[in-house]
Amino acid sequence: MAWTFFIATALIAVTSAVLVITQRKPVYSALFLVLCLLAVAVLFFQLNATFLAALQVIVYAGAIMVLFVFVIMLLHAREPVETETRLDYQQPAAVFLAFLLIAEMGYLALVGGKAVAASTESGTATGVKELSRLLFTNYLLAFELTSVILLVAMVGVVVLGKKRL
Amino acid sequence: MVPIGYYLFVSVVLFTLGVVGVLTRRNALIVFMSIELMLNAANLAFVAFARDLHAADGQVIVFFVMAVAAAEVAVGLVIIVSLFRRVGSIDVDDANTLKW
Repeated sequence: MAWTFFIATALIAVTSAVLVITQRKPVYSALFLVLCLLAVAVLFFQLNATFLAALQVIVYAGAIMVLFVFVIMLLHAREPVETETRLDYQQPAAVFLAFLLIAEMGYLALVGGKAVAASTESGTATGVKELSRLLFTNYLLAFELTSVILLVAMVGVVVLGKKRL
Repeated sequence: MVPIGYYLFVSVVLFTLGVVGVLTRRNALIVFMSIELMLNAANLAFVAFARDLHAADGQVIVFFVMAVAAAEVAVGLVIIVSLFRRVGSIDVDDANTLKW
């Protein structure tokens, strides 16, 4: 049962990722990326990370991708026309090297050690309580610094967005 | 329970697809989306290890990666908009001030 869910979700994630990088129109890519992010959120849920699954939907699929779509609308983005500087061998070489990379990293992921040893215990879902206990004790400094990062990002966006600096 | 190796394999495939997207596409927005794909692949690997090692630290790291990714997307998109205002297109090949 868990296997069926995992394989279905993994297939959706990988297929939509392939469609993200191959679409002509950026809007289609953005929508397929939303689908991929939702599939990854379901994978988080299967890994007992319930809070992170919700965060993934809210933050990534809900805020970041909306920002992308807004910018696509602002720039009237469409796929650039082909020019003579295009290298003919670039795409086949990229696909071949991608397969090579997947084969190499996939070997490490699947064949190493106890990576595929089935374990019968099913963990308890890690929710808000466990995460926040760690967040406010061990990782408190990182937590406070994140707020500074967000402030810097906000100021940076306002400054960089001005027409005349 | 699905063993961790398979989740890592999905993470590997997503990461490689992100790399291919960054390297082959010329539209700056799609390059940026491929970067987000790579970040998500790394997040998936973190959460897979967090479950396997029974430590929630991996999930805390994903929390921070998401926060930093949000900030980075905001700043990156405004840089793309500035580039568009300056160069007139979002084709990364057009943002070229080299002599030859």
